[in-house]
Order: sequence, then C-alpha cells, then structure tokens
Amino acid sequence: MATIEHILIHSDRDILLARQKGRAMGMLAGFVSTDLTLIATAISELARNILLYAREGEVELHLIQEDRRNGMVIIARDQGPGIHDVERAMQDGFSTSGGLGLGLPGVKRLMDSFELISVPGRGTTVQISKWLHK
Amino acid sequence: MDVPVLKQGQYLIATVQSALTDADLAQLRHSLVEQVGRFRSRGVIVDVTAVDVLDSFACRTLRDIAHMAGFRGAETVIVGIHPDLAFTMVRLGLSLEGVSTALDLEEGLAFLDKETRRPGRRALHSGAAMPHPEPRKPRGNH
Repeated sequence: MATIEHILIHSDRDILLARQKGRAMGMLAGFVSTDLTLIATAISELARNILLYAREGEVELHLIQEDRRNGMVIIARDQGPGIHDVERAMQDGFSTSGGLGLGLPGVKRLMDSFELISVPGRGTTVQISKWLHK
Repeated sequence: MDVPVLKQGQYLIATVQSALTDADLAQLRHSLVEQVGRFRSRGVIVDVTAVDVLDSFACRTLRDIAHMAGFRGAETVIVGIHPDLAFTMVRLGLSLEGVSTALDLEEGLAFLDKETRRPGRRALHSGAAMPHPEPRKPRGNH
C-alpha cells in the first residue's frame, strides 16, 4: 500500500485532490468516518493557506506505524513569504488575508499534534498528525 | 462541477452532489443569487448531504449565499449537515451565524413554508433597498 503521497498545490482543484487522497489514506490506516472528516478538513485548510499566501507548494501524506499503532502525518510546505508573527497567527481570530482568521488554531484542534516552522521570506512548513485510538 | 439548481414553486433547491472546489462554490453563490431574481424566488435550500468537507471557505460561502439571497428578498436554509461535518465545524470554530439550518430537505421545505408566509417579510428585505427590480422575463413563446 502507498505509504507516501505528494500532492502539488497550484490551484483549488489540488486542494480537493489533496483532501481526497488524505481521506483515502486515512481509510487504509483504519480511521473512522469522523476522523476521516477531521483529517480531510485539516488538509483542506492547510492546502488553501498554501494557495492563498504562497500561491504554490505541496502537501505530503504519510501513513505511519509506531508501536503497532497506525497514524497519519501530513506536511504542508511552501516557499512563500512565511509568517512574521507565529505567535499571533496561532491566536483565534488573527488573519492577514482578510479571511476568517481561524485557520491554524482550528487545524490544531482537529489533530493530535501540530508543528509550525516558518522563516520570513523563506516559507512555511506545517506538520500535523493523527493517531488511531484503539 | 456545476451544482444543479431545481426550481420548485417559489423555491430554489440546490443539491450539492459531490465535493466542490472553491471556484464551484463561488459559481453556486453567483448562480443562486442571480436565479432568485430571475425566478422571483422567496426561498433557497442548499442541500449539503453529499458534501465531504465544510471548511472555512465553504462555510463562508454558504453564509454569503444566505445573506446575499436575503438582500434579494429570499430566505435561505442549509440542510443535510451530517454529524461528522457538524463535529468538525465545531472543533474548527466555524459557525453559520445568521444562517438558518434544517435537518433535511423535508424540514427545510417546512421551514421555508413557515418563514415565507409571514406577512411583510419580503418588503422588509428588499423593498426600499432595491428601487429597480429586475424586469420580468418573458414566459417563453409556446
């Protein structure tokens, strides 16, 4: 089974493709339908941020196993302008694009782990993961 | 992928049948707001039963549809938000503030029947704000 997927994000169609592939991989991992929706939604938000702020980038999906437990790691990466004030970006209600300003803190709440690395002028990488609870 | 819009009496029913791109959602918003004028509709139902994800953009677009249709004198109700979507939206912190929702199509129709029967409702929404109503389209030549 495919354990890594790369989806290049160039247009809104790619957002759809990324979340569909994410859902399919989540199904392989054994996630229930609620978790699949959480995962697909998180991917959708991150992929849209790429399109909105960096215009292009990629989403990487990993199916992983640790201590016989299945999980998924999702990495959204771009070489866009980066986030200047990460702390502020992680506050509910903050956005620089006139959006809802709920993006990143919301995504964090959907997943089990959330890591954000951003270098102004160089780009942003967000890594999130979800584990199968048994 | 275009969302089919069914005209049923005074209402428009848009049934989303698959996952939609941002452009599809924007197209749906445009087409519903336009058709409210063309068909002089009093109510709009957007059925999202088959939607895979309601993320921040989709949520905002649904709100825009409801508010824009409201400015045009039509009541909007979103139906078919299944439990997984509701759970995810709550976690994400999304809301459909100011937008009516109903469990399914049947409840949505019942809601619109009740809402659009209230006297003076249309005047309240569209009367003074829209001094130039769209010209009535010819009914066809058959």
